[in-house]
Amino acid sequence: MRVTRSRRSARWGLVGAAVIVIVLATFPYIVYADITDLLVNAFILLVLASMWNLLAGYCGLISVGQQAFIGVGAYTVLVLAQNGINPFLGVPVAVIMSAAISVPVSYLVFRLRAEYFAIGTWVVAEVLFLILIRFRSLGGGTGTGLPGLALIDPTFRQALTYWAALAVAAAALLTTYLLLSSRMGLDLTAIRDNELAARSVGVRVTMAQRLVYVVSAGGCGAAGAILIISQLNVLASAVFSVSWSAKMIFIALIGGLGSIEGPIVGTAVYTIIQQALAQFGAWYLILLGAVAVVVAMYLPRGIWGVIGTRLHLQIFPTGYWLHR
Amino acid sequence: MNWANALIQGILLGGLYALFACGLSLLFGVVRVVNLAHGDFAVLAAYLALVVINTTHVPALLTFIVVAPLFALFGYALQRLIIQKSLEVSPLTTLLVTFGLSVVIQNVLLVAFSADSHSFDLGSLTSASVRVSGQLSVGYVSVLIFLTAVVVLVGLQLFLSRTAMGRAIRASADDQEASSIAGVNTRHVFGIAAALAFATVALAGLALGAYSSFDPTAGPPRLIFAFEAVIIGGVGSLWGTLAGGIILGIAQAIGAQIDPSGGVLAGHLVFLAVLALRPQGLIRARLVG
Repeated sequence: MRVTRSRRSARWGLVGAAVIVIVLATFPYIVYADITDLLVNAFILLVLASMWNLLAGYCGLISVGQQAFIGVGAYTVLVLAQNGINPFLGVPVAVIMSAAISVPVSYLVFRLRAEYFAIGTWVVAEVLFLILIRFRSLGGGTGTGLPGLALIDPTFRQALTYWAALAVAAAALLTTYLLLSSRMGLDLTAIRDNELAARSVGVRVTMAQRLVYVVSAGGCGAAGAILIISQLNVLASAVFSVSWSAKMIFIALIGGLGSIEGPIVGTAVYTIIQQALAQFGAWYLILLGAVAVVVAMYLPRGIWGVIGTRLHLQIFPTGYWLHR
Repeated sequence: MNWANALIQGILLGGLYALFACGLSLLFGVVRVVNLAHGDFAVLAAYLALVVINTTHVPALLTFIVVAPLFALFGYALQRLIIQKSLEVSPLTTLLVTFGLSVVIQNVLLVAFSADSHSFDLGSLTSASVRVSGQLSVGYVSVLIFLTAVVVLVGLQLFLSRTAMGRAIRASADDQEASSIAGVNTRHVFGIAAALAFATVALAGLALGAYSSFDPTAGPPRLIFAFEAVIIGGVGSLWGTLAGGIILGIAQAIGAQIDPSGGVLAGHLVFLAVLALRPQGLIRARLVG
């Protein structure tokens, strides 16, 4: 008997993922801009849902306040651009800034028990929102445009935005994969399956949770940075809106919590539903909310949970295989 | 004199927050569920009252006779049919389910009543006030809401400590399995606790409609204030909840006195300070939770 990190089909899965990223990278040359714009939004949602899945699917931390870091990411890019730094160069800074702010925040919100943690994170997002709208130079409550991109040719700018969004999405998935394949990933999977049991065999649960919280904040910061670059303006009430949390939860839940593939499936499903039903306004949100309730109750592991288990399929293998 | 006025307004506002908070606290203390749709249910109650007023023309303040029992029934059904089921999937599922309900309620209200804000027509009561001293006066409505909050909290406390059902609720909250073995139908008991919680949610919604105007999105901020009152006061203590509500109310009123747009932020900052310095809250839990 021997134990391996992955089996052949799974290696092909990783190769396939790399090929898909390369094919997606050529899209600005072969499809219309409305499709790349749609994909930029999908990439943003994929990053957010993956980060939320890391928190909820692996650490049992339900946050409804990740929009705090979307806002920090967006406003970091804005402040840098106002000081003459190219918004695209601001993306990595936005990641660092969001992650840095999440460290002290984690010490506050981790004091709340799991159930109240959700609302605690929400309060933090509200506080950041209420503080940021006090700065008139950042647009206050009415929003402001993002400077620094006006001189770039619009077509080229759209392509750059697309590549940046693709890069951030690929980086987020790769980070998730590497994190879950590491020793820490073993701890996280143990926490996912049974937190008490994990704690009793010596997993440092709080430390693992804090690390994931910080990584998740960085990812949401990157998503916020891409958001402001793709929209060319920022409105505080929109980037700090709790509806981001609703989207993250919906996508991660529908796709399947506790797997890397889940949020990808969820993002695809969500984008299709959104394209088909967005013109129905409130009715569309009623449907989303109702579907989330039903899925959470009757299909807790989501679409990928059903497909993946049935087909024994793992595109991103983070476990080990036992061979005879 | 403005400061004294802010202080009194803050204390009275605290009554409204405590009224919002006691349903949240009760449901968490007994059933271990944080209802993320708590504020939205209160707003739903306010709209229900609006429908009752428009169809029967009863005075706004009397609508609680209809709305509170309806909400109690609704709470019982919701607990038995949805919350209990999702609790059995996992405790975190309840958060996802109630968050989904929150989105549904807000948008159903949006479809049914538009985004316009509404308020109850209280007639002459709206502007009626008691003069405390020279320049200090407090509105009847605020005082009425504060007294309602105190009555509800005292009533809940007495119910939980003095009645057989109250004992069963406390026992089930402490240890569900042991209570089942002792012959308590814990699912029914949880249903009753949810019914009580939802009756207070209805009262909170009516108080909201009497105190200020409301629209379909008014729920989430109320949930946050209720939650802050619970944490500041100390999880599980009903008197702590009143104290927490009052502290939050004072913080918001004083904050607004310093800077007209700074009230809510001041409340949040006081909450975060309590979380950092005294995470167990002001009053340690005694009765439920």
